[in-house]
Amino acid sequence: MQYSEKVMDHFMNPRNVGEIKDASGVGTVGNAKCGDIMKVYLKIENGVVEDAKFKTFGCGAAVATSSMATELIKGKTIEEAVKITNKAVMEALDGLPPVKVHCSCLAEEALHAALWDYAQKNGIVIEGLKEPKEDIGDHEEVPEED
Amino acid sequence: MEIYFDNAATTKPRKEVIDKMLPYITEKYGNPSSIYKIARENKEAVDEARQAVAEAINAKPNEIYFTAGGSESDNWALKGIADSYSDKGKHIITTAIEHHAILHTCEYLESKGFEVTYLPVDEYGIISVEELKSAIREDTILISVMFANNEIGSVQPIAEIGKIAREKGIVFHTDAVQAVGHLPIDVEEMNIDLLSLSGHKLYGPKGIGALYVRKGIKLKPFIHGGAQERGRRAGTENVPGIVGLGEAVRLASAEMEEERTRLVSLRDRLIEGILTSIPHSRLNGHPEKRLPGNVNISFEFIEGESMLLLLDMKGICASSGSACTSGSLDPSHVLLAIGLPHEKAHGSLRLTLGHFNTDEDVDVVLRELPPIVQRLREMSPLYEEYLKNK
Repeated sequence: MQYSEKVMDHFMNPRNVGEIKDASGVGTVGNAKCGDIMKVYLKIENGVVEDAKFKTFGCGAAVATSSMATELIKGKTIEEAVKITNKAVMEALDGLPPVKVHCSCLAEEALHAALWDYAQKNGIVIEGLKEPKEDIGDHEEVPEED
Repeated sequence: MEIYFDNAATTKPRKEVIDKMLPYITEKYGNPSSIYKIARENKEAVDEARQAVAEAINAKPNEIYFTAGGSESDNWALKGIADSYSDKGKHIITTAIEHHAILHTCEYLESKGFEVTYLPVDEYGIISVEELKSAIREDTILISVMFANNEIGSVQPIAEIGKIAREKGIVFHTDAVQAVGHLPIDVEEMNIDLLSLSGHKLYGPKGIGALYVRKGIKLKPFIHGGAQERGRRAGTENVPGIVGLGEAVRLASAEMEEERTRLVSLRDRLIEGILTSIPHSRLNGHPEKRLPGNVNISFEFIEGESMLLLLDMKGICASSGSACTSGSLDPSHVLLAIGLPHEKAHGSLRLTLGHFNTDEDVDVVLRELPPIVQRLREMSPLYEEYLKNK
């Protein structure tokens, strides 16, 4: 399995790592069981994504797709943001190995989950946006032990 | 300069091994089955290697069959015994933490009507002899338990298992791919009937292995054809490979005690160093009953493949039980079998030390690993959550 140079760059030097304290929308997708969790924070002002940050638990591709997805969404209007697909994230990274395509899907879902959260908080409907499928809060319980 | 800490995956062939093999690739190319001098010489070289492998496990040379490696040996042992003893019964006992060469072969045998019991392991990755005893049935024909685990290094009570199998008249196979050349093995004392071994795990070449089959054990041939390997495994011998395996086994046996002491000390310094410098880390496997070169540690809040990529940037070669490194969604079956929750299994790191590793290598890992773990934790939402709840 080989990652592209772009993937390695975004893994080694991830853009937008961190949190936004007063985020307009926060979305968390994935679960620890499958090995990937992405949390995306968005700062939205006047219908435009002013800033985006992420935290990710996952493999190299999970980190790189989170990094690229947050790069792609910054500066976009909500209408444009909702149209960002996993394919766009993959293309921007010069492709992913077949077994890692699901990471780009997760990145798309993470953006959508954050937008959904924003829409919920503000009581608005964003055209073309569906309720996120997964959330960290409702994944199966993981036995604790130490 | 690379620091190679993945000796359970494969090892760098030793120079003595390569030197011994080379003439059999260049000048001594004869077919051992032929009559002339360069063929006879090859026959002798194969016999000499067979002798070395036999001596290493206290077997007789005519009980050693060369194969193409550990997986072939495992496949042959299981399918061959199942086939040869199916009139006696259809039940096989193995463990939940075997290599896939055993587990997937068992699944295949299940599809052919055999029944397989997969013994669980305790938190250290070791089976219970009592549970083994109670799993034995009237129609049990084979017990297959690995000598030492490739992921967490846990060493099974092989002599005890052998004793039970012998008393019950059940054939006992052990996958000793990780153990031969690293731990003392005596097929007589341990009552082992079949044993799989591989060349490239002990500084020999890839593509060569052996199956020990105790005299008197019925085992149908695996590859039909010529009379090689006493008609049980046909095909012109892989002479360079066999010579290399023989030399590798000879060296490993001669140096075992000294090397074991050296590796255990490096291993324990590495384990101790990592556990003390990195919080929220735990050792997987048994602290003492483990392979001399095996270190397997889980780090909470992070995922294994990311760790491997960052270690690779520092020239450190390692492996992980994370799903992402296997191409599936599930992390290592071994780590799940010892009771690790998924996220800790995803965050596991395996460092396997070997002949070429030094004290300095351990120093480098102890220096480079903590900041890598910290860096990944800082971008982990699980760590963020942990800190908030603290």
